[in-house]
Amino acid sequence: MKIAVFVKHVPDVAEADLEVAADGRTVKGGELPFEMNEWDRFALEEAVLVKDSLGGELTSFLIGDEAAEESLRRCLAVGADRAVRVWDDGLAGANPFALTAAMRGAIGEDEYDLILCGAQSSDDGYGLGGPLLAEALGVPSVALVNKMKVEGGKVLVTRELEGGWGEEVEVDLPALVTIQTGINEPRYVSILGIKKARKKPIDLMDAVSVGITAERLATEKEKLSLVGIETPAVGEGAEILEGSPEEVAAKCLALLKEAGGVL
Amino acid sequence: MSFNLTSEQIDIQKAAREFARGEFTKWAREADEKEYCPEVLYKQAAELGFQGIFFPEEYGGAGLGYMEFCLVIEEFWRVDPGLGQSLGSVVFGSDLLLTFGSEEQKKKYLPPITEGEAIMAAAITEADAGSDVTAVATRAVLDGDEWVINGTKMFITNGNLADYIILYCLTDPDNPSRHQRHSCIIVETDRPGFAATKIHGKMGIRASDTAELSLTDLRVPKENLIGERGEGFAQFMAFFNRTRLHIAAQGIGVAQGALDMATRHVKNRVQFGRPLAALQAVQFKIAEMATRVEASRSLLYRAASLADQGIFDHKLIAMAKWTAGETGVRVTDEALQLHGGYGYLAEYDIERFYRDAKIVELYEGTKEVEKQVIARVILGKA
Repeated sequence: MKIAVFVKHVPDVAEADLEVAADGRTVKGGELPFEMNEWDRFALEEAVLVKDSLGGELTSFLIGDEAAEESLRRCLAVGADRAVRVWDDGLAGANPFALTAAMRGAIGEDEYDLILCGAQSSDDGYGLGGPLLAEALGVPSVALVNKMKVEGGKVLVTRELEGGWGEEVEVDLPALVTIQTGINEPRYVSILGIKKARKKPIDLMDAVSVGITAERLATEKEKLSLVGIETPAVGEGAEILEGSPEEVAAKCLALLKEAGGVL
Repeated sequence: MSFNLTSEQIDIQKAAREFARGEFTKWAREADEKEYCPEVLYKQAAELGFQGIFFPEEYGGAGLGYMEFCLVIEEFWRVDPGLGQSLGSVVFGSDLLLTFGSEEQKKKYLPPITEGEAIMAAAITEADAGSDVTAVATRAVLDGDEWVINGTKMFITNGNLADYIILYCLTDPDNPSRHQRHSCIIVETDRPGFAATKIHGKMGIRASDTAELSLTDLRVPKENLIGERGEGFAQFMAFFNRTRLHIAAQGIGVAQGALDMATRHVKNRVQFGRPLAALQAVQFKIAEMATRVEASRSLLYRAASLADQGIFDHKLIAMAKWTAGETGVRVTDEALQLHGGYGYLAEYDIERFYRDAKIVELYEGTKEVEKQVIARVILGKA
């Protein structure tokens, strides 16, 4: 079984005060810490689980600069056998089409039975990387998967729909699956894993080695351009309920009833 | 000289942070209240390889250094000092075995610690022998092929949990030098004559076990002596040069954790129509706290990275330990102050951190002892 997982290194904005920069299209965040995209953690764990149960080789891919390599080391530390990092200055801030071209190029002639991606990334959130890559590879894809089993040349998945509904789908391998959070419990990185990771290879590829010319990059970039970013609207403010705990609870209940739907 | 962590050190730091944030937060308050550390955490920490980071691989360790161990302790304490101390102290005493133990002793006692099968302890302090370790009166007498040990020990970390304890005993009371009267003997706690009583009611690090030990005609084979007879004092001085690094990391961890909480609080808490963070008095406090943490950290990292090169700078290590302890106490104090009345409630973690920090100025040499060490190196025995 040849498995590939694609991961992204994204800013952790949980406690950051974000502002739109003067160009109106980028975010000013100061010194943000970066980490592996949350969805990708689940995709990585799922990939490791498949490898552990069926055997095979797991390759992890990442498009990003040297600092982003941390997320690839995490892949290696939890069970990936090798890692590939693709970077070119022209890919900085690139749209999903340009990134997909790089991802497709990184796979090259290699044939993977199963390719896993996070369903979306917490920074841009297009949710396009997986489906576009499947298209480029000519393999079927299923998105938003929250349960998965590989069996007899097929992958059986449950897709998460709205309102708690699920959809069971059977897909022939090779296939690409985009993973929803909560599908598993991503493991912690162990000290032994970190030490082992140091001995595993991280291959570097640039735009030339993934077969993307400057013209191709320009064409892909033209397909989708970010025009502007809007910040969340500031609400009306909160109503403070006062009184004893019993009174507050009663007022709360009344308000919820009034709003309807819940009670 | 490099001031950057290696990529491997960054990965280790992150691994420790994630584990602590993911698991400690579930238990921290209950562990403080009920004075225990859950079994499952000991197991997880060992499985993830956090026990024995600085042991050579032949003893089941990760073969890394004090620097890496300090990074882990700092992250553990940053999330919860009590649980951080419980898990960090599993190896307490191992430095002495590693430095002075025989090959046989190291092979016997160290691997079970890394596997989560054993907990260690080291016992020096007695009711009447605190900073003055030469006053230790627990007596070990050689009777044929066995040491017979009698005495009591006070404030012993892991006293109730340890599978084996390094006991600092009086073996040669008649030696003219008071620095050559003691020896270190490793004692399995399942031997008859060993009794431990849990000490309740500590102010902080309450999740960590502390006990009073009573040793009555306790017999161990004479091979349980570590190194040479009469070398106990010298061994423990070398030991402190190592463990004070761990303790300094604790002070920095508790301070960083308190700073994290204070930063979050002053950005969110609105008074006079603005977040507290907009007030210059608050900004100055945060700047001072952050600077103290970084200064202490720099001192520790320098001392620890020298130690990993085999240079144990007695003075620098004492400076790092004293400063880190003071930073822990001051920064938790300021952080609580910034929380105002809320900080005084157990509902807020800063209340616990404030209590936890103080121990760093007390154990592994009080801050006064550290200053004495520093002054002696500078001034001689004046």
